[in-house]
Amino acid sequence: MPPPAFDTPLIFDTGQDGRANCYLPHGPQLDELLPREVLRDDLPLPDNSELDVVRHFTRLSHKTFGIDTVFYPLGSCTMKYNPRINDAMANLPALRDLHPFAPDHAAQGALAVMWELERALASLFGMAAFSLNPAAGAHAELTALLIAKAYFAKRGESRRNVVIVPDTAHGTNPASAAMVGFRVISLKSDARGRVDPAALAAVAGPDTAVCMMTNPNTLGLFEDRIAEVSDVIHAAGALMYYDGANANALMGNTRPGDMGFDLMHLNLHKTFSIPHGGGGAGAGPVGVAEALVGFLPTPVVRAYEANGTPAAADGWRESAGLRFALDFAAPDAIGTMRSFWSNFAHMVRALAYIYANGAEGLTLTSQLAVLNANYIRVGISDVVDIPYPEINRHEFVASAQSLKRDTGVRALDLGKALLDHGYHAPTVYFPLIVPECLMIEPTETESKETLDAFIAAFREIVAAARIDPQSALGTPRTTPVGRIDETRAARQPDLRWQPPSRTGE
Amino acid sequence: MLQAVGVASLDELVRVPEALALRTPIAVTPQLSESEIAERFARFAARTTAGGYTSFLGAGAYRHYIPPVVGALAMRGEFLTAYTPYQAEVSQGYLQATYEWQSYITLLTGLDVANASVYDGATALAEAVIMAVNASGRKAVLVSRAVHPNYRAVLRTYAEGLELAVDELAYRADGRTDTASLDAALADQRYAAVVVQTPNMFGVIDPLAAAESARAAANGAVVIGVVAEALSLAALATPASWGARICVGEAQSFGNAVAYGGPHVGFIAAGSEHLRRMPGRLVGKSVDGEGRLAYVLTLQAREQHIRREKATSNICTNQAHCALCATIYLAAMGKTGLRDCAALNIARTRELRAAVTALDGFSARFAAPVFNEVAIRVPGRASDVLRALEDRAILGGLDLGRFYPELGDTLLMAATELTTGADIARLVGALAEVETRAAARI
Amino acid sequence: MAQPAGLLYSKEHEWVKLDGDVATVGITDYAQASLGDIVYVELPRLGATLEQFGSIGVVESVKAVSDIFTPVGGEVIAINDAIEADPALVNREPYDGGWFYKVKLGDVSQSAELMSPEQYDRLISQT
Repeated sequence: MPPPAFDTPLIFDTGQDGRANCYLPHGPQLDELLPREVLRDDLPLPDNSELDVVRHFTRLSHKTFGIDTVFYPLGSCTMKYNPRINDAMANLPALRDLHPFAPDHAAQGALAVMWELERALASLFGMAAFSLNPAAGAHAELTALLIAKAYFAKRGESRRNVVIVPDTAHGTNPASAAMVGFRVISLKSDARGRVDPAALAAVAGPDTAVCMMTNPNTLGLFEDRIAEVSDVIHAAGALMYYDGANANALMGNTRPGDMGFDLMHLNLHKTFSIPHGGGGAGAGPVGVAEALVGFLPTPVVRAYEANGTPAAADGWRESAGLRFALDFAAPDAIGTMRSFWSNFAHMVRALAYIYANGAEGLTLTSQLAVLNANYIRVGISDVVDIPYPEINRHEFVASAQSLKRDTGVRALDLGKALLDHGYHAPTVYFPLIVPECLMIEPTETESKETLDAFIAAFREIVAAARIDPQSALGTPRTTPVGRIDETRAARQPDLRWQPPSRTGE
Repeated sequence: MLQAVGVASLDELVRVPEALALRTPIAVTPQLSESEIAERFARFAARTTAGGYTSFLGAGAYRHYIPPVVGALAMRGEFLTAYTPYQAEVSQGYLQATYEWQSYITLLTGLDVANASVYDGATALAEAVIMAVNASGRKAVLVSRAVHPNYRAVLRTYAEGLELAVDELAYRADGRTDTASLDAALADQRYAAVVVQTPNMFGVIDPLAAAESARAAANGAVVIGVVAEALSLAALATPASWGARICVGEAQSFGNAVAYGGPHVGFIAAGSEHLRRMPGRLVGKSVDGEGRLAYVLTLQAREQHIRREKATSNICTNQAHCALCATIYLAAMGKTGLRDCAALNIARTRELRAAVTALDGFSARFAAPVFNEVAIRVPGRASDVLRALEDRAILGGLDLGRFYPELGDTLLMAATELTTGADIARLVGALAEVETRAAARI
Repeated sequence: MAQPAGLLYSKEHEWVKLDGDVATVGITDYAQASLGDIVYVELPRLGATLEQFGSIGVVESVKAVSDIFTPVGGEVIAINDAIEADPALVNREPYDGGWFYKVKLGDVSQSAELMSPEQYDRLISQT
């Protein structure tokens, strides 16, 4: 991590009158065009020269980790390399500048992209159809729960308002359930870290709407009894929902649709290499089984042969020669989840990624993701606790519980110490059922050299902590700032720049 | 590596129970080299013929000049490939940029606090309504029909899940929201919020009067202002100044491509009384152990990863990269550039309106002042006029009849700083032919 | 810290001080230590009627949020404004300056549902 050469004052503090850039031609002034009453009094924003803007944001970039500079073993996030070809395709002017209200006949290429992607995802994950509408994973969960709610309402089963969620579930799961008026029952995982069908059967019943799970689960373990779990839920008349956060573990190998899942979402910004961009924008397609297809949000992309008959396709097929239209008319659709049709630029990226891989590449992707995770597990298993010492999938959990007991050094401290070694910390304190939890997911795009270096650094940090706990407790030391007073940030919220107060107001 | 892990092969490593193994091969694309991918997408682009048309489309997604400095900075790998700034020590760049975005949004809206962004304008409105509902416990909301139809549709989808009633306020003949019935509607105190959009779906500048907002607040309803064209905030009286206590909208106009509808970037700003109900991420200022100034995600206890089912919202990602593009755009344009840009938008739209309404049979549908869009009444059906324009490689605007059955003869046309005199002349020439043929048929 | 005598306790880690039919409520030392630095407390409104064991407010720390389940029901007759300005008071003086609210008990017998200091001590030593 290169040390920052300069402090970076706020862009508001560096602006000055007379520094405006010249991006547009001169024209009339606002007060020549509109009456005073509708105009604002002033606009207290800074004018900065382009050079100052460039220096400002370039320096900010120097104080920011990215996959492009460091390894991110963040469990549950799938921080794989973001191929640049994807961005270049998203930036093709005809696709980049296309207006959502452009007529279908002038948007055929864009509609073809969406359709090809949707067909590929349907086959890859064993679903009858996907909607590309939702903007993110959590948004997709909400969408799926609304679909479930509508489905049961149509069957006269609106009494179904319970969502069963394993205690290892991602935080968005119960939050999404609450937004739909469902209440959540948390199911304790068994001693093997999995969902026990018998325990599930005891809580599933006539008021159960959905069971939300992921497979492999957030402990990185494959739910081998998932078929029984699905049977229990279906026998209770409820639906199975697959949280796709861990989809990187199973492509080309097994499919949620074949495990009995009726609904699912994907995180394109995890499995399909869309850049995380500092926390968004993501994209969260929602997939459903046949019985739920009518409830998908609008619009849906319809494909037609040259002669006008609907084009059939079980999975991906060549779109040249087909014609496409947006269909807004689905009578059972839950509605729409966002202003327009999809995070289209990300659909371009995801399709380009699938083209770069094909079936063979996606299969190998998942295999290598699993190999890399197991390799790290084995490499550190003698220096931290491994609560589930078995073959894991694309991620695994470790615990710093013994280290904490012996030295006072916790998972949080190990994470901070890794920052000094030029690694992003793993996910910590999730899932909640493992104390002092570290969740590690290397992804398939990291080389053996990187993994070996990470393992060595991790072992070094633990060894140093056992000799002198302060070596870990005082970290990070080489980053632009050290540990931050979060209490102060929350007790005295300072969330914005304030213009200097004007006299006489 | 396989040896270290203790398995003989990759297949053994990823084995699943027999019943779950794939029965048929997955049907995805062929595997292509990068140059072949480029060629394939060039064909997708070529099949997207709208790229070669002259466009007057707005209606919630706007064509603006994005200085290349925005892409040059935003596409730096550190910004593009960073994760959410949970490890603040190595994310100061993004955290400061987000603090600056929050600041820009508060300055533009006149309100006290803004979050780190949400998915888009429509979902921002849904989240704002949820905030208002949580503030008052009331389960109904009053929304102007002049609010963008897609925003109202998303609100209805969310409202269905939360069992909220959504009632509508009509619009007047001049294109503004009909507030005559507002006091009566609010009198029985069942509404959690009153929602208006300005400029509204017809381009018309349409805030509530400050007195109307005050009366709504006195009745316990939160006034929510919606802004679909964020550029207007650079010119028009702030939502805070006319009484909105929550302002939401779409910031795509700031430095983000139209991209067939996404990703865009929604913003939420609010009075300080709503801070703890604010969904999504918030960046705050603090210090580290050495007293150095530092930025950090704060008030996270409200968020899903901690509160789970009690969270203020389920939202997890924000639109960090899109908000970054917007922030860089606002920094580069500055107050001078933004005001000049807004003025050009108004001026070009004036020219457009004057040129088009000079033709027989074409008139301005609404009398009230507009920002950068204008609703034009056409001879015959708007959809027919649009088709005729498409034959001449012109996207004439939005057929408002698509969302407002009573406006089937009205086109919503936008003009921005990128609209040239030549564009308008081409449009007028094409419309003149349409008009001639329509007249000939009579 | 041994549990202060003279108080009653709930299994949600609140304490109750009874004075005739007026009860003062706060959270225990165990609760404030578990939560960490408290940043905000959402108290019930003055005059609100609370039902025993209902969820009536929230205690927010930097990393966690806890619902307040009122150990007794009744009408809220006082709330502690001091903790709005200084939430850290709850960490520093959980039993004194960091009290949350006072209720006029609707049903004095509700206190029988609460724990003695010894019973609460046993509860937290098992956790």
